Amino acid sequence: MSRDMMSAFELFQPDSVQGAVDLLSKYGKDGWALAGGNDSFDWFKDRIKRPRYVVDLSGIAALKGIRETQDGGVEIGALTTLTEVERDPVIKGKYKLLADAASRVASPQIRNSGTIGGNVSQDARCWYYRYGVNCYRAGGNTCFADTPQGQNREHCLFGASRCVAVSPSDTAPALVALDATMVVVGPKGQKEIKADDFFIGPNIDIQRMTVLEKGEVLTAIRLPAEWAGARFYFEKVADRNTWDFPLVNVAAAIKVSGAAGSEKIDAIRIAAGAVQCVPRRLTVVEEVVKGQPKTEDTAKLAGQSAVRGATPLNFNHFKIPLLQNLVMRAIRDA
Amino acid sequence: MAENNNGRDFPAPQFDQFVSKATSRRLFIKGVIASGAAVSASGYLFTLAGCSPSQKSAGGVERLLTLNVNGQMRPVDVLPNETLAMTLRYKLGLTGTKLGCDRGECGACTVTIDGVASYSCSTLTHAVRGRKIMTIEGLEGPNGELHKVQQAMIDELGPQCGFCTPGQIMSAVALLDANPTPTRDEVRHALSGNLCRCGAYDHYLNAVMRAAGNGDRVSQA
Repeated sequence: MSRDMMSAFELFQPDSVQGAVDLLSKYGKDGWALAGGNDSFDWFKDRIKRPRYVVDLSGIAALKGIRETQDGGVEIGALTTLTEVERDPVIKGKYKLLADAASRVASPQIRNSGTIGGNVSQDARCWYYRYGVNCYRAGGNTCFADTPQGQNREHCLFGASRCVAVSPSDTAPALVALDATMVVVGPKGQKEIKADDFFIGPNIDIQRMTVLEKGEVLTAIRLPAEWAGARFYFEKVADRNTWDFPLVNVAAAIKVSGAAGSEKIDAIRIAAGAVQCVPRRLTVVEEVVKGQPKTEDTAKLAGQSAVRGATPLNFNHFKIPLLQNLVMRAIRDA
Repeated sequence: MAENNNGRDFPAPQFDQFVSKATSRRLFIKGVIASGAAVSASGYLFTLAGCSPSQKSAGGVERLLTLNVNGQMRPVDVLPNETLAMTLRYKLGLTGTKLGCDRGECGACTVTIDGVASYSCSTLTHAVRGRKIMTIEGLEGPNGELHKVQQAMIDELGPQCGFCTPGQIMSAVALLDANPTPTRDEVRHALSGNLCRCGAYDHYLNAVMRAAGNGDRVSQA
């Protein structure tokens, strides 16, 4: 499938968020919001998605940069590149979890142009869907991945609902673990949405990965002070170290008390990516380990509880021990 | 060529007689580029004359723009859906930038934009107005001398087939501009967005280490 010239579209480069929202509202389903373009151009070049009006957000200065907020947290403009997130001294100092996650996305050049807003808003990477077949997610009435012959090694363990695609983002689980808030501006004004609620599964809307609707723009991501400087753990397992999407990734933020060697887990947020259509918050693990000593036994128990209820497909059973071990390491090594 | 027959007493074959009559592939491509640019420039004039009113709607981009490429200001007529790789290769004739996958998965199209390594196949030309674009052609010194990374590539026999080399060099140049004395691991990391199907990775690393003045550490893999 190599049809390299993109279909013709009209390009707009507004310099304000309001300008972008006006254009996107005006053109509705014919419009397309473009950030770094690493996801969009694949769709355009394969001519599977052919928007007539593309709104390039990269000229909007207000969407860029990392600012410390009054409450001691941080606000990251949605068009900030992943390289900037990875290298920012404040993020590295207070929220190393996010810097680590950003550093593991794709390749250096993609991180140089790819944005954090685009990374969390990107579409599903199920190759049947990407190939342009008429699957559930594309508006049809079949899933090609969840069949006896379907190649579903990369697909989900949890939350299947007709579609079995997974959240492909590395930064999304980190943002869920950090209890981030997404700031969205649309025709009706601004709203703030918790990262837990920003991502939606096929049971809510099978044609979207996030709550963003046409005409809305993710403008910023806020990290609360609450988790600044906590103990963090991020690990991604993929077939290749560069470019590849995760087979499973895990992000944890943990607060401990007590002396080294006899630490107790006071609070924890932990999420895993690429096991469900949304970054999966592992609430069962959080309940299991809260108030427990931070030991090998607790970590093992956490790993076991993480995979409770997992429903593997034909070719992705390996994700169960993978998730179990990553969660175990997160609790043990954070 | 005729003089350099390695001491043997038979005449060297006269390749230049074929070359001079047939157009080389590179010249042919450049010819197509020049005529194509003329056609699309006339299209631009028609647009101005009102033949294509849809191009003029509010907020849309102007098609004629000036790009800062390799230190030169280059006026060029750019479609809204045109990638930087297409503009460089097919409008500006800078065919040193290669197109491998055209999907941001191989790195052959790597150029630097404001000094940062970027995939030109995954960048809209309209998004780089006013920014400094550097391609492999721009590394040449004022008297035609090679950039130190290019010279090191030759000295270390870096490339095998050479198709990915311009991209590898641009990634290396971006790295050395930001970090003149990288470790071998830092070089490996900086070049990790460039595939080499010949598998000449270690040679590339040797070359970049040599260019960074760490040639004596090259052999310690």
